[in-house]
Amino acid sequence: MGLVARTLEEAGFPTICLTAARSITESVNPPRAAFVDMPLGYTAGRPHEPEFQRDLLRQVFAAVEKIDTPGSIVDLGIAWSDDDSWKEKATSGLNNGVNSAKGDSRQPRLSEPQYQYDEDKVAAES
Amino acid sequence: MSETGPVDYIQRTREQYARLGYDDYRWAERKEPPPWTPIKKPIVESNVALVASGGAYTKGQVAFHWEDDTGIRLIPSSEPATDVRVTHFAYDLEPAREDPNIVFPTDRLRELVEEKTIGSLAANSVACMGGIYSTRRAEEELAPSILDAVSNMPGTPVDLVLLVPV
Repeated sequence: MGLVARTLEEAGFPTICLTAARSITESVNPPRAAFVDMPLGYTAGRPHEPEFQRDLLRQVFAAVEKIDTPGSIVDLGIAWSDDDSWKEKATSGLNNGVNSAKGDSRQPRLSEPQYQYDEDKVAAES
Repeated sequence: MSETGPVDYIQRTREQYARLGYDDYRWAERKEPPPWTPIKKPIVESNVALVASGGAYTKGQVAFHWEDDTGIRLIPSSEPATDVRVTHFAYDLEPAREDPNIVFPTDRLRELVEEKTIGSLAANSVACMGGIYSTRRAEEELAPSILDAVSNMPGTPVDLVLLVPV
């Protein structure tokens, strides 16, 4: 997403990248980024916790107004939990450290559309 | 042993690939300073567009496939996030299917408009897939499509883009 942010910014759109993967964001060096210490797959908050999610986004927008140096990554100080044990086994891929290990990492790279529901396939093809 | 700092996914991936006998993944690296556009107006007046790479689509659309899909889907920002579907090969979909706002936070962004944290939410939100293996394809196919969607947003022009990866 950092590469996309650079393209948008180049074309005249200010951007802010939310990220839970600080090293990956540092590597692509987007104009503005806000780091949250969340597992992958939970970038915008804990499920079914709307106030947590709203607060996270409020802080993202507050960061936009503060960042004045291109390439800044602001740490929002938002964490998944006080308990950091999820980080021990977290990898990029399906093992985000929160849920039980689901094999090595990724699903097969299937080249057909992957619908959430069968009815979606019917709706898309009708 | 508990870790306190951010997880270094680049290092973890390197170790994992080495264990599996794969070649190192070459992460995109941009050392040159990023381009910069100053914010156009205060956030409270800004029209914000969401771009999210969690593989969201809505009923009636063709879902993303899992082999470097560089397409995008435009989802009306008025659609409840709870109606949004997600598909992706590289993260655990179960929690996001329970509450899509954790990867596609349009419900929360509409609430931030209501409470006057942001000015407005752009008419469409842009969904795409993360984990495009080829940096070249991400830059030559995906990024221009997203720029086109943001540039040609129906209604109020976009002042700020929020990017949410997974």
